[in-house]
Amino acid sequence: MSVTEMFSHIQGFLSADQEVREDIRKVVQGLEQTAREILTVLQSVHQPTGFKDIPNKCLKARELFSTVQIHIGELRTKFPVEQYYRFHEHWRFVLQRLAFLASFVVYLETESLVTREEVAKILGTEVNREKGFHLDVEDYLAGVLIMASELSRLAVNSVTAGDYGRPLRISNFINELDSGFRLLNLKNDPLRKRYDGLKYDVKKIEEVVYDLSIRGLAKEPEAGGDK
Amino acid sequence: MSKREGNASARKRRPDSDQKTEDFVSQSAVISAFRVFQQELDTRHDKYERLVKLSRDITIESKRTIFLLHRVTSVPNVEEVLNEADNKLDGVRQKIGQIAEELRGEDIYQFHKAFTSGVQEYVEAVSFHHFIRHRTLLSLEEINAALVFIKDETVVIKAPGEIQGACVLTFQVTSTDYLLGVADLTGELMRMCISSVGNGDMETPFELSNFLRDIHDGFAYLGNVGPYEVSKKLHTLRQSLGKVEDACYMLRVRGSEIPKHMLADVFSSRTAVMEQDEEVA
Repeated sequence: MSVTEMFSHIQGFLSADQEVREDIRKVVQGLEQTAREILTVLQSVHQPTGFKDIPNKCLKARELFSTVQIHIGELRTKFPVEQYYRFHEHWRFVLQRLAFLASFVVYLETESLVTREEVAKILGTEVNREKGFHLDVEDYLAGVLIMASELSRLAVNSVTAGDYGRPLRISNFINELDSGFRLLNLKNDPLRKRYDGLKYDVKKIEEVVYDLSIRGLAKEPEAGGDK
Repeated sequence: MSKREGNASARKRRPDSDQKTEDFVSQSAVISAFRVFQQELDTRHDKYERLVKLSRDITIESKRTIFLLHRVTSVPNVEEVLNEADNKLDGVRQKIGQIAEELRGEDIYQFHKAFTSGVQEYVEAVSFHHFIRHRTLLSLEEINAALVFIKDETVVIKAPGEIQGACVLTFQVTSTDYLLGVADLTGELMRMCISSVGNGDMETPFELSNFLRDIHDGFAYLGNVGPYEVSKKLHTLRQSLGKVEDACYMLRVRGSEIPKHMLADVFSSRTAVMEQDEEVA
């Protein structure tokens, strides 16, 4: 095979590859759009008015997740299933965000940590790599970490809205997460960097809890004087 | 393996002991979930490390082969050197076989970063070897065809009746790795060109310059379609080509006029200028 033939052969490979990437990018754009919509819905829980109907917001978000499932179903068809990691970078970011959104919804509903299986179900992905388009464990963990910083914000805002019980519950939850993450032997990778931020979230929430308890607000569920 | 598990369980026990009893139930759910993650991540990282190690071994062995191959310009018996290099490359292929073993049932691309540099170096060595022997470019298919491994039968024999065909492992060099390896090859060809001039060989430089020009044209044809790393290499490739073309020019213009040791001087000063360019760029 001559040099020229070899290169035009490879050129064929490369342009086929690029087409696949182009297709993936289009679907991922759709996913990003939906993820933003879900985020907008959930962001309103930080507002005093939003506190009153958290269940409603969650319901709305759940509805939007069905769009996510459709998009992911579409994404599956764009590339051979055994080449998941070849194109992983294209959807890694958005999948982490979606994992965050799913775990946030589940937290708001049940105040517990979402399992990986549950996230996979909400997003319409598989749990195991063998079965097809799956949620990588690192992406799931990254999503959980994003949720942790969202919760530290929520703790602050729930005090503003007069809900003094919530920060305590969030504090317990985050501490649990922290000890969970401490079990992991992380390498010096993006996940580890994100995990390094968790301690600030823990600190923030502990400050909120401290503020509440020195004012004697922590144990009283009814909103105190500033309402 | 068992040592790692021992460590892991020692680590696991610690948080249990200092946790408060009242939230034991809820905490244990989270903690046990994270234990699963811990194991999964550890397994993955271990595999990655093993692959990195294999890749480093492959890189070193391939580099040595290339050094060995550079001797062909100065020894009388080329065939002997080539056979020795062949043996070395067989050793490298064994290592690649181990990579294939590690990757069995895995997504190749998940661990691709761990061994890509080794594979590129192997492509460089094996195609350099092929060029010296046949004066042509080794194709991607030929490389991949050499990377089919039959697994040790000792394991298989326990289950009688199992056919040997069932345990064939293959390793596929991706087109990107191939391209990057070929781009590195051009650097070796440039060195070979300069050293063959030093040895008074007046044929090889012209052959090399034609071959390099073909490769350069090939890369230019790919242009921006290729991945980012490929276009980065294009710059170095152009420099190598420049050096080889200059060498041929010198040989043509005043090849027979000046004594050989001065010829070498001409090239080395030229190379120095080139290196300065590189630093600026």
